Amino acid sequence: MPRIRRSRRELYNKEICACSIFGAMNRDGERFSGAGVMKAIANMRVRGNGLGGGFAAYGIYPQFKDYYAFHLMFTGKSPQAKLEAKMELEDFLSSRFDVVSDEEIPHDEAVKLRDPPLVWRYFLLPKEGGDDSGLVRSEEDYIVDQIMAVNARIENAYVFSSGKNMGCFKGVGYPEEVGEYFMLDRMYRAHTWTVHGRFPTNTKAWWGGAHPFSLLDTTIVHNGEVSSYGTNRWYLEMYGYACTLQTDTEVIAYAADLLMRRQKLPIEIVAKILAPPIWNAIDRLPEKERKLLTTLRMVYGPLLMNGPFAVIIGTTGRMIGLTDRIRLRPITAATRGEMFYISSEEASIRLISHQLDRVWTPDGGEPVVAELNSMRKVLL
Amino acid sequence: MRSFVFPEFQIIRDEEKCGQCRACERQCAFGVHTYDPVADRLVSDESKCAGCQRCAIFCPKGAIVVRPSPSFYRPNASWSREKIEDLKRQAETGGVLLSGCGCDKPFRIYWDHIVLNASQVTNPSIDPLREPMELRTFLGAKPDLMDISAEDGDVQIKTELSPNLVVETPILFSAMSYGAISYNAFRSLATAACKSKTYFNTGEGGLPREMRDEFGKCAIVQVASGRFGIDAEYLNCAQAVEIKVGQGAKPGIGGHLPGEKVSASVAETRMIPAGTDAISPAPHHDIYSIEDLSMLITALKEATNYEKPISVKIAAVHNFAAIATGIVHAGADIIAIDGLRGGTGAAPKAIRDNVGIPTELAISSLDRRLRDEGIRNRCSIIAAGGIRCSADVIKAIALGADAVYIGSAALIAMGCTLCQKCYTGKCNWGICTQDPRLSGRVNVEIASQRLSNLITAWSHEIREMLGGMGINALESLRGNRDHLRGVGLYEWELDVLGIKGAGE
Repeated sequence: MPRIRRSRRELYNKEICACSIFGAMNRDGERFSGAGVMKAIANMRVRGNGLGGGFAAYGIYPQFKDYYAFHLMFTGKSPQAKLEAKMELEDFLSSRFDVVSDEEIPHDEAVKLRDPPLVWRYFLLPKEGGDDSGLVRSEEDYIVDQIMAVNARIENAYVFSSGKNMGCFKGVGYPEEVGEYFMLDRMYRAHTWTVHGRFPTNTKAWWGGAHPFSLLDTTIVHNGEVSSYGTNRWYLEMYGYACTLQTDTEVIAYAADLLMRRQKLPIEIVAKILAPPIWNAIDRLPEKERKLLTTLRMVYGPLLMNGPFAVIIGTTGRMIGLTDRIRLRPITAATRGEMFYISSEEASIRLISHQLDRVWTPDGGEPVVAELNSMRKVLL
Repeated sequence: MRSFVFPEFQIIRDEEKCGQCRACERQCAFGVHTYDPVADRLVSDESKCAGCQRCAIFCPKGAIVVRPSPSFYRPNASWSREKIEDLKRQAETGGVLLSGCGCDKPFRIYWDHIVLNASQVTNPSIDPLREPMELRTFLGAKPDLMDISAEDGDVQIKTELSPNLVVETPILFSAMSYGAISYNAFRSLATAACKSKTYFNTGEGGLPREMRDEFGKCAIVQVASGRFGIDAEYLNCAQAVEIKVGQGAKPGIGGHLPGEKVSASVAETRMIPAGTDAISPAPHHDIYSIEDLSMLITALKEATNYEKPISVKIAAVHNFAAIATGIVHAGADIIAIDGLRGGTGAAPKAIRDNVGIPTELAISSLDRRLRDEGIRNRCSIIAAGGIRCSADVIKAIALGADAVYIGSAALIAMGCTLCQKCYTGKCNWGICTQDPRLSGRVNVEIASQRLSNLITAWSHEIREMLGGMGINALESLRGNRDHLRGVGLYEWELDVLGIKGAGE
């Protein structure tokens, strides 16, 4: 585990923001370009202020599907500083990973965004014997530790995407501009897209602070402010998650990783941990359910996400929408044929799919889960 | 020997109002007021007055005012009146100065330098009058992570859970033993705890047999170095067992119950001869190191069939955080941490006023230490010592406590005025005495109602403040220092508290 260094005073500055979120999945696994989701998120332009937008796309690297795709952001005032960060990072990677391919992520110079960092991608696998910690752990735990180490230790270098056959793209700007910058409508086809438009209250927006947040193939786009941030943070830090990005979305991403990947809890349980029912409701349930929910709240109380939020969690083959326990930030879900949509606003869904089979607003704390009908197509 | 000490208080009786009803004479156990039949008026011996205000409050005519004596020694920053008078008393008696209640010295009260957060715009505040606001708290060890199997929607919990206490509000009554306080006061605490769905702590004086059936369900029983009143039934009738290692008012020494307060019933409950001093040894003589504590914890778990959480109460002293970590490793489920301002029925004044550290700093260091060690889940923290209001409770929780113990606050609810004469056994309010004439002044029904009201009122206020912060479950505030800011504190103090300065 990387050592979490923190001054004794917990002097982090949490960024506060409101947002629009959108997600689309083709449950048959057919891949489609980012043009539609860019159009949908652009329709919610007033919910952002041009200080952050981003996309998660699943199924975009079929040619490298067995390799972890690291997307790196090298920030710094000068090109020199960015290159230095890149060298330091590559030095770090070379001792721990076998990099099979790397390149700058192509972008459209014609789209003017503020202070673009150097954005690079690496396809890699852990090096044989690279894990010299002596710990017996899964490959994924090893990868997570390395990501935490990079983000906590290497100045000006951030791993912002790290899953297999998927990738995040994000930056400062309106989401549709970020989409154009990375040419998502032309260069990539995915079976699942999640998108985020951001309205941070402070103006010092930086590229790393845009959504989605991700760890391995779990991505989070989030609208809301987690008032339990301090509590969630210390709990996750006990399990080795370094909260370095100063936003509450990060804690949701790590909580999802801890519960879904490391603990392998089903999403229904995870939803009951992040947004549990109120005690009055729990106390009225039949004994077995009551005991389960009571135990979950007792044990995982520090992971309760309090305050208003709506979130779309993406993993390979799954897209999950969830709102806070008292639904202060509602979401709308809809289906049309094999398409599954989750959005902050119904209008955006209607814009790209005028006809819908079913439209509904899930209850607070009730997850909506979109799943691929078959994983074969994406895995083989 | 003639005493050279001034009376501490001046008693002013409005002769116009006084009806010579002699209520003051009957109310005062210290014998301050006497009736002079010749002059048909009441006279006061101020030198005996404790300043407890019983006479002033109970005078039907409102004829009495008791106030600090205006007499003074030549002002001297170094030699305060208290220092001079304490010294004179010792010169006159050659004894250790005793006192009751907690440290009253002007050490910084951090509660008053911490401000709370509230939601504005980006995050809605929640209205506790219209929305659920949850204070339910579990006290005890929690597993790090749970092993859950889920097959076709059928979810099974495989992890075995440790026993936990459930409280509906994070406020428990601190350890106050029968013997130190009167039977009625003790029973009032028990009654109120059951009514308010929280717990009272028996202290080290045992639990009277006739109370076990009715009040065991809301009792935490204590095992202290004197081992008073302990048998298997005592341990098993309660919901948790607390090993008392130290007390904030007097770290490093044991409980003192003067023989005057050991009545027949107290003697029976404590299993000691009536009228003998009940002096607990300073250490537990079977705990000279951490592994000894571990054995006692295990022994108590064995004795209670692993069905009850074991708490260990220690005083907050310099290295307590490291010690507390050891205590968690030794198997404790709850750490009760008692700070500098914790109360007592009797303590040497020198110790009460000079030993230990403030609770606020202690909570924060302990919480941080346990998190750094990755064992914060393995125990709950109950903070004690100087909690005066609901805001103190909520700040304690945001600094990392799971719940708080209130002692002095509970006594004040029953009438205590912190006159610090608990050790004399003459408490005019009937709380800290075994004199049946005095203890009868505490009516169990009324006193328990006052205590329940206090818990209800504080819980309401906690809900209000929590809602203001945009939080609807107390567990989301635990250790959430983000919601605290310091005002007027030095950098090192902010560091220890782990909070930012206001405006930062």
